[in-house]
Amino acid sequence: MPNDKHKSKEYIRTMPANWWLLKASYFLFIIRETTCVFVGGYAIFLLVLATRRDDPQWFSNWLHSPLLIALQIIALPFLLYHTITWINLTPKVLVVWRGEDRVSPTLIAVAHHAMWLVGSVVIFWIAYQYR
Amino acid sequence: MARSNEPLWWSLFSAGGVVSAFLMPITLVITAIAVPAGWISTEGFRELVQHPVTRMYLFVVISLSMFHWAHRFRHSVFQPNPKGMATLGTILCYGSAIVVSVLAAVFVVFRSW
Repeated sequence: MPNDKHKSKEYIRTMPANWWLLKASYFLFIIRETTCVFVGGYAIFLLVLATRRDDPQWFSNWLHSPLLIALQIIALPFLLYHTITWINLTPKVLVVWRGEDRVSPTLIAVAHHAMWLVGSVVIFWIAYQYR
Repeated sequence: MARSNEPLWWSLFSAGGVVSAFLMPITLVITAIAVPAGWISTEGFRELVQHPVTRMYLFVVISLSMFHWAHRFRHSVFQPNPKGMATLGTILCYGSAIVVSVLAAVFVVFRSW
């Protein structure tokens, strides 16, 4: 028979369903994890687009669908958040030493952000040649 | 200790994180804004997508991004299994990434008709 008098009284931390709304850092963590859904969703969009590249009508309908444009516009801030949080973590993975001195983590992150921006301009410029 | 296949999935997650972080935003700006707004014509863009280099680029973005999604989604949504066995959720996540990669290899890279 269980005897309540001898039951231990350890603290059991409650976990409300809205735990991730209670603190800004928790909320930002969940947003960061959520970005992966948009990364995967956009990959599927690209797969369909590239697969139907030889059907001009289909290709055009896919790119001009108001629903798909709206979904992509919703995805854009999530993709940007993924890029920014990912690049901000690069100094944790990439620890560079120049002689005795550690290269500043900020410098490594800034260099990657710059590479991303320059790379994006180059990709857009290439695509623009096909206008 | 049981051998873990975590390093493999983590490597793919990480590679996909880099590729999607650097290449997806500008690609989305092209497909969601530049082409619908007419800055780049649909036919011109279609010619670009037919180029072998673009198809290789799209394959890399599609495949690695799916592995990035699979790993992050699995770790966010499904509870870890104490015995380290693959759960249905894990199989569905990595399985769909593998299926999409095969489809992308066949229909985006190799198929040229």
